[in-house]
Amino acid sequence: MIQFYNVSKVYDNGVKAVSDLTLHIKKGEFVFLVGASGAGKSTLIKLIFREELPTRGQVMFNGKNIIRMKNREVPHMRRKIGMVFQDFRLLSQKTAAENVAFALEITGTSGKEIKRIVPEVLEQVGLKDKGNLLPNQMSGGEQQRVCIARAIVNNPLLIIADEPTGNLDPGTSWEIMKLFQDINRRGTTILMATHDSEIVDNMKKRVIALSNGCVVRDEESGVYRCEL
Amino acid sequence: MGCTAVNFNTIKYFFREAFHSLIRNSWLSISSVGIVTVSLIILGASLLLVVNAEKLAQSVESSVEITAFLEESVGTVDRDELAEKIKSNPEVDTVEFVSKEQALREMKESFGERADILESLEESNPLPDAFRVKTKQAAAVPATAQKIEEMTGIEQVRYGQGVVEKLLNVTRWVRYASLATLTMLTLAAVFIIATTIRMSVFARRREIGIMKILGATNWFVRFPFVLEGIVLGLTGGLIAVLVVDLAYLSLMDKLKISLPFIQLVSEPRTILYILGSMLGLGVLIGALGSWFSLRKFLKV
Ligand SMILES: Nc1ncnc2c1ncn2[C@@H]1O[C@H](COP(=O)(O)OP(=O)(O)OP(=O)(O)O)[C@@H](O)[C@H]1O
Ligand SMILES: [Mg+2]
Repeated sequence: MIQFYNVSKVYDNGVKAVSDLTLHIKKGEFVFLVGASGAGKSTLIKLIFREELPTRGQVMFNGKNIIRMKNREVPHMRRKIGMVFQDFRLLSQKTAAENVAFALEITGTSGKEIKRIVPEVLEQVGLKDKGNLLPNQMSGGEQQRVCIARAIVNNPLLIIADEPTGNLDPGTSWEIMKLFQDINRRGTTILMATHDSEIVDNMKKRVIALSNGCVVRDEESGVYRCEL
Repeated sequence: MGCTAVNFNTIKYFFREAFHSLIRNSWLSISSVGIVTVSLIILGASLLLVVNAEKLAQSVESSVEITAFLEESVGTVDRDELAEKIKSNPEVDTVEFVSKEQALREMKESFGERADILESLEESNPLPDAFRVKTKQAAAVPATAQKIEEMTGIEQVRYGQGVVEKLLNVTRWVRYASLATLTMLTLAAVFIIATTIRMSVFARRREIGIMKILGATNWFVRFPFVLEGIVLGLTGGLIAVLVVDLAYLSLMDKLKISLPFIQLVSEPRTILYILGSMLGLGVLIGALGSWFSLRKFLKV
């Protein structure tokens, strides 16, 4: 589903965030991306999403070369990917339900469909009765659930989460992780960058460790292992 | 645009979104409308001023004419030939023959009650026959007069030499000044309105970033903003048109009574053009301003 071929990314300021990286992620996998701060995790994610273009190398997603992709194809590619962020990135003037509905409006879904789908998805993430709340009326965990609901509402092939539990307490983090596990069981591929060693060690999933923009470890049922 | 060409749901969303955002950012909306209104009022008022100045200049200029006195010896046939010759100059608009009798009559009229002074002239009218020549453009008067003077059969040419050149100079400068003022005011209006819209777009750049991450096309992001810009421009434009129109009408009324010799431009067509262009400019700047302000933030 995701292939990186000899990808390097040098930012305009000369920082080499990813260097000569080759990587494959198959459909249905659950992958943790770990590594010290500045190792290049977020950059790698941005490359998949085409928020940044690589300086060298090719990136494939869902059988398509996203580097050679035309600009106008990018939005349609992005709709197949659900994004979850550490800082949630919810629209602050829209309620939870409206934030989720918004992702559907972008794809031109009818109002009737939206009214049907949104409550279902909100229930799935455990926010059945909180649809009318604004982001600032919700706890961090609840906001992250809204963010996840928004990410899955268009039935994406892939969910990318950049430190989704970075701002949450351990209990809440586990609840969020259970949600991700559910979503993964239904067949959605998940790629998650995280610093949470407890979660990585307990979930026993594939772990890709980055250091200075290179893959230094890639193992099934891996652990976080802070010192590299 | 791929598979989301024109989708009715999307269009509904555009209008709802534009409307909500206008309400949500009501302060910004109101001040934007205010700025559009004020800019367009200033622009519209100066447009009217310029149009009136132009009318004045034109009426002054149209009163300028050339009088070409004929030599005594010119007969009827030669006279017609001469008239044709003058007319063949493309700058010339009309050529009117004024006989010596007519010239005297006119002179008497202009003397009014004291016309009896001229009585003695009846018998042997010393006034020559003449052509009254009008040019299409006042600026062509001196050159045309010179050409006529060189023709055989013409004794002398008069057009208010010296005064006309000065007058033409004045009207030319009035036109330059009008053009410069209008250009600057239009630019200022465009700048101010565009800046206002930029601010409102800037205030929502985070929102735009989120939309792009969710896979919104540039069109999808852009359209509600453009629609919003049009609504702001249209509202501001309408208020400005109303204010300028009412003010101008009442000014016309007042002047009619107190200064009846000043004739303001009152052709409904001209006024309609001015008001229309104010409105059009408001809408255009609103739409284009949103369009261009967004470009920077769409590159995600
Ligand atoms: N937009 C940018 N412009 C320039 N340099 C950048 C940019 N984004 C990231 N970098 C640099 O690239 C390197 C990798 O950054 P990246 O954000 O990928 O790290 P990370 O692994 O996600 O770190 P963290 O765990 O702290 O989120 C860092 O040295 C960072 O300073
Ligand atoms: Mg990061």
